Amino acid sequence: MQQATTLFHRRLRLRKGVGDVFHILFLLAVFVGIAGLLTLLVQVLVQGLPWLNWHFLTSYPSRHPEQAGLLSALVGTVWLMVLTAAFTVPVGVGAAIYLEEYAPKNWLTRLIEVNISNLAGVPSIVYGLLGLTIFVGWMALGRSLLAGALTLGLLVLPIVIMASREAIRAVPWTYREAAYALGADKWQVTKGVVLPAAIPGVLTGTILAMSRAIGEAAPVLAISALVYLTFVPTSPLDRFTVLPIQIFNWVTRPQDEFRGLAAAGIIVLLVILLSMNAIAIYLRNRYQIRSEG
Amino acid sequence: MKRHLAEAGDAALPPGPRAMRGGWQHLESKLVHWLLFGCALLSIATTLGIVVSLLSQALGFFREVSIWEFLTGTRWAPILVPQSFGVLPLVAGTLLVTVIAAAVAMPVGIATAIFLSEYAPDRVRRIIKPSLEILAGIPTVVYGYFALTLISPLLQKVFPDMLIFNALSAGLVMGLMIIPMVSSISEDAMLAVPRSLREGAYALGATRLEVALRVTVPAALSGIIAAFILALSRAIGETMLVTIAAGATPKMTFNPLESIQTMTAFIVQLSLGETPHGSLEYNTIFAVGLLLFLMTLVMNLLGHWVVRRWQERY
Repeated sequence: MQQATTLFHRRLRLRKGVGDVFHILFLLAVFVGIAGLLTLLVQVLVQGLPWLNWHFLTSYPSRHPEQAGLLSALVGTVWLMVLTAAFTVPVGVGAAIYLEEYAPKNWLTRLIEVNISNLAGVPSIVYGLLGLTIFVGWMALGRSLLAGALTLGLLVLPIVIMASREAIRAVPWTYREAAYALGADKWQVTKGVVLPAAIPGVLTGTILAMSRAIGEAAPVLAISALVYLTFVPTSPLDRFTVLPIQIFNWVTRPQDEFRGLAAAGIIVLLVILLSMNAIAIYLRNRYQIRSEG
Repeated sequence: MKRHLAEAGDAALPPGPRAMRGGWQHLESKLVHWLLFGCALLSIATTLGIVVSLLSQALGFFREVSIWEFLTGTRWAPILVPQSFGVLPLVAGTLLVTVIAAAVAMPVGIATAIFLSEYAPDRVRRIIKPSLEILAGIPTVVYGYFALTLISPLLQKVFPDMLIFNALSAGLVMGLMIIPMVSSISEDAMLAVPRSLREGAYALGATRLEVALRVTVPAALSGIIAAFILALSRAIGETMLVTIAAGATPKMTFNPLESIQTMTAFIVQLSLGETPHGSLEYNTIFAVGLLLFLMTLVMNLLGHWVVRRWQERY
């Protein structure tokens, strides 16, 4: 009896010891991710900050690193973001309304749903090939902003649809029932009750989708190619370049100065992305407070 | 049930008010219904567009190069003389980088998920989760820059003969990139395991580690496997990181210290060149793109299927 309990205690100590070791291992794993993130940010800041100044933000690319800037890429990114949103938001929200409020439960609806979740997993370069064939080639839009925006619009459409569906699903059924009870038809209920209540969620999802879009380089690269632009686009049919492509361009040059420019460009891109995410989080929090109170 | 009630809403109206509302409103409702349906159908059209645009030009390629030669050839040299169109070196390069990334992201991602779901107090989780989400939101060119300017030079100190462009640094950084994907899908699956199962194990005297490894992980296994598959599919399709850091030399090798080329990097390289549209060389990118699309499609379907088919229900 005595022996059995000491054996038990010895094993218990062992089991607890193994538990502690793994606790530390799990903690280390978390720090791999966090440490990777911090190293990346420090590397970018150390290399990029010396190159980041007003001249950099307001000049065109140049063969001479000290004169180079990213004005054309910055303006191109803003253009592309606006055009992409103008295409993808109405279509994405429309599809989300259809799937949540209108769609009958049949094979076609199921097909659309499975299809959307698969589209979200298609590699972005494949969208580039789609855009290159259909928008640049068949629709004869050329290597223009519009072709790029349509391509990116299709790329982020699944994100907008999924986020909007979540937002619409979160609107309580009692809202709809109250409106139906007043004699409103389905579109009136959707337009007057469901959509206004879902707008903060839709906006949050849209901003996140746009922040994905402006970081994408591969599909835009297939559409726009590597161009050396010393003008800013003034119409949707102009040629363009964007921040990730300008960064790619600088990274692939062998000289150290251009690596510094790339890092400075990355800082600008990350600042834009972080502020978009901050806006999305702000909207989400504000919305949550309102629905609780 | 609730949906059913609401759907009856329109039909349940007496005919009187409907007529009084006038034809316009009725027409607007109908039009809107079709318009919204069109928006939803656009996703199907996108898939068709992908298939048609890839196939139409890949077929031009396969008229001159047999599918067998494409799929089994071990030399990829579409723009060199003599030309050769065996895609296996590109596939090998892609798999090499993916395997390295998986070797990093799987253990780290799962351990992170276990820590977050079983160990971390709420306060800690609320700091770690958003930090990992930042990692997932960083554009892939940035990871390419990171691999090329920091990781490669560091690795060269360990392996002095290694080239600056190599599969290892691209794979390691890609692993870092997909950690959040593995950890967040796995953690969702672990959080879905009911508390009562864990409490049952604790009541029998299990330690925290035993609960995690023998109760939570087996119960969440379908979600964890799905996380792997989806993350791997993401790694196979990843483009900018490998274009920047892994090199541009298609090669049948499993040596991670060598410079290789992935399928995605080849597509970028060729679409940036001066290759004339419609030529055999130009059409190779659509053949490679089609293969890439099919590979990721199979993995994505498999991932979603695993979730649906093997999900434990409580």
